[in-house]
Amino acid sequence: MSDVLLEAKNITMQFGGLKAVDSLAFQVKKGQLAGLIGPNGAGKTTVFNMLTGVYQPTSGAVFLEDKSLQGLKPYEISHRGVTRTFQNIRLFKGLSVLDNVLIAGHQHMHYGLFAALLQTPHFLKSEKDLRDKAMELLKIFHLDEKAHEPSSSLPYGEQRKLEIVRALATDPKIILLDEPAAGMNHSETHHLMETIAKIREQFKLTVLLIEHDMKLVMGICENIIVLDHGIKIEEGDPQKIQGSQKVIEAYLGVEEGL
Amino acid sequence: MQDFIQHIINGVSLGSIYALIALGYTMVYGILKMINFAHSDVYMVGAFAAYYFARFLGIENNPGITTLITLLVVSMVCCSLLGLAIERLAYRPLRKAPKLNILITAIGVSLFLEYSGQVVFGADPKVFPEVMKDFVLFKIGDIELKSFDITVLIVSVIAMLALEFLIFKTKIGRAMRAVSSNASVASLLGVNPDRIIAFTFIVGSSLAGVGSVLVGMKYPKIDPLMGMMIGLKAFVAAVLGGIGNVGGAVLGALIMGLSEEMVVAYLSSTYRDAFAFGILIVILIFRPAGLLGKYSVEKV
Repeated sequence: MSDVLLEAKNITMQFGGLKAVDSLAFQVKKGQLAGLIGPNGAGKTTVFNMLTGVYQPTSGAVFLEDKSLQGLKPYEISHRGVTRTFQNIRLFKGLSVLDNVLIAGHQHMHYGLFAALLQTPHFLKSEKDLRDKAMELLKIFHLDEKAHEPSSSLPYGEQRKLEIVRALATDPKIILLDEPAAGMNHSETHHLMETIAKIREQFKLTVLLIEHDMKLVMGICENIIVLDHGIKIEEGDPQKIQGSQKVIEAYLGVEEGL
Repeated sequence: MQDFIQHIINGVSLGSIYALIALGYTMVYGILKMINFAHSDVYMVGAFAAYYFARFLGIENNPGITTLITLLVVSMVCCSLLGLAIERLAYRPLRKAPKLNILITAIGVSLFLEYSGQVVFGADPKVFPEVMKDFVLFKIGDIELKSFDITVLIVSVIAMLALEFLIFKTKIGRAMRAVSSNASVASLLGVNPDRIIAFTFIVGSSLAGVGSVLVGMKYPKIDPLMGMMIGLKAFVAAVLGGIGNVGGAVLGALIMGLSEEMVVAYLSSTYRDAFAFGILIVILIFRPAGLLGKYSVEKV
């Protein structure tokens, strides 16, 4: 078996006349922390939507451990081990912090309706195990004390963390983080990155993250894919990306001759 | 004073029947943001299912708790299957269509059931079998607690507690709340929204089934259009409490039941329905989101 966990094989996403992503190909290796960067509108979130089944690629396909994810619904892809967070926070607002995490753990819990209504030992144990696991995850992000508060009452930065906890609760093989540090200040970002590195070790996760903050990406990613106008313009380690003329042009524009 | 307490008992009993049906409206609205107009006709079919089953088994002349439970189960199962079929055949193909299309489809399904009912069951009213004997269980002063009212109360309270437990303490209930909050995110976290929606229809419809047997017991005259008025009132109750809110549906239904009983007792039975819909108008003017509903200002 190869060490490639997730592979995009020439995926294209076309909206009417617009090609948001144009035959993009890349691989994420097991255990890797990879970054997907690019200027605004480059198609980064569209890539995430294709990887998670929100969009079906117009052509090409996504493979997880050499198995095609083509035609699978988002919840089926989640069952296979791909999970994500969102650029604009999407918590279940009316639900408590803990409930947000518990929902993500459902796919690993099996009890029938009658077991629940009759409160069988199996039901009680499954519920308790799920709760314990959720609380453990919340603890890593220091959210355990707020478990019973409504998720919408959390401050912004903690809502972002809760999204990550919720994604982790699906017990994923790979977690896709869409601008996890958006709207955070420098020290918060730094702290978040340390936590991401820590959970990657602890849960033996593979991480693919979208980020605007170049410094941050350069600091922690091992492999970086640069996207511009839906096309991959560069890929490599941080050093290579930093020195790449194409990347600089994409971000800063080409100097026009007078 | 005794009269007043007696009216409260009757009102609460009527209100809890409304609540059972209002819950079906509010749950489906909560999860699909649509009004399932066919819900009241599912209720009607439940009553007929119990009627024919009782005749088939010959338990119509054998009133008692066993008969009650048998008919409740029969009606719940039939209503669930019908609700499931309606969701699968009529609503699911329109999942991505504009809300108005689904609403019109719901009205269509409702009419279809009402008129098919007239063809299949006949338009003339039928007498619902005697589920159990109505007698005075006990008396406090001049206040009579009759077995029907007590049964209605006990059965609906059990049904509502079971629902409360289901929604707030089990994984499928949590999934229902998640899908209701944001179906696409729930899907990305491994919840299959279609399954949860189907389950919501099963639960809502079976509560209507419970309601149909209780109504059949209390007012033993059933016909294919019996769902129209009670459905409308249950719908008003759901809106009154804040549609999409489970507790609100129960509160709204109790208010509806009590006010109806009081209007009949102290004003005139002529104004009964006028009062019910008057409440709806007042609520829509002063609290469009209902008593327990959250009114959200849209960001511009």
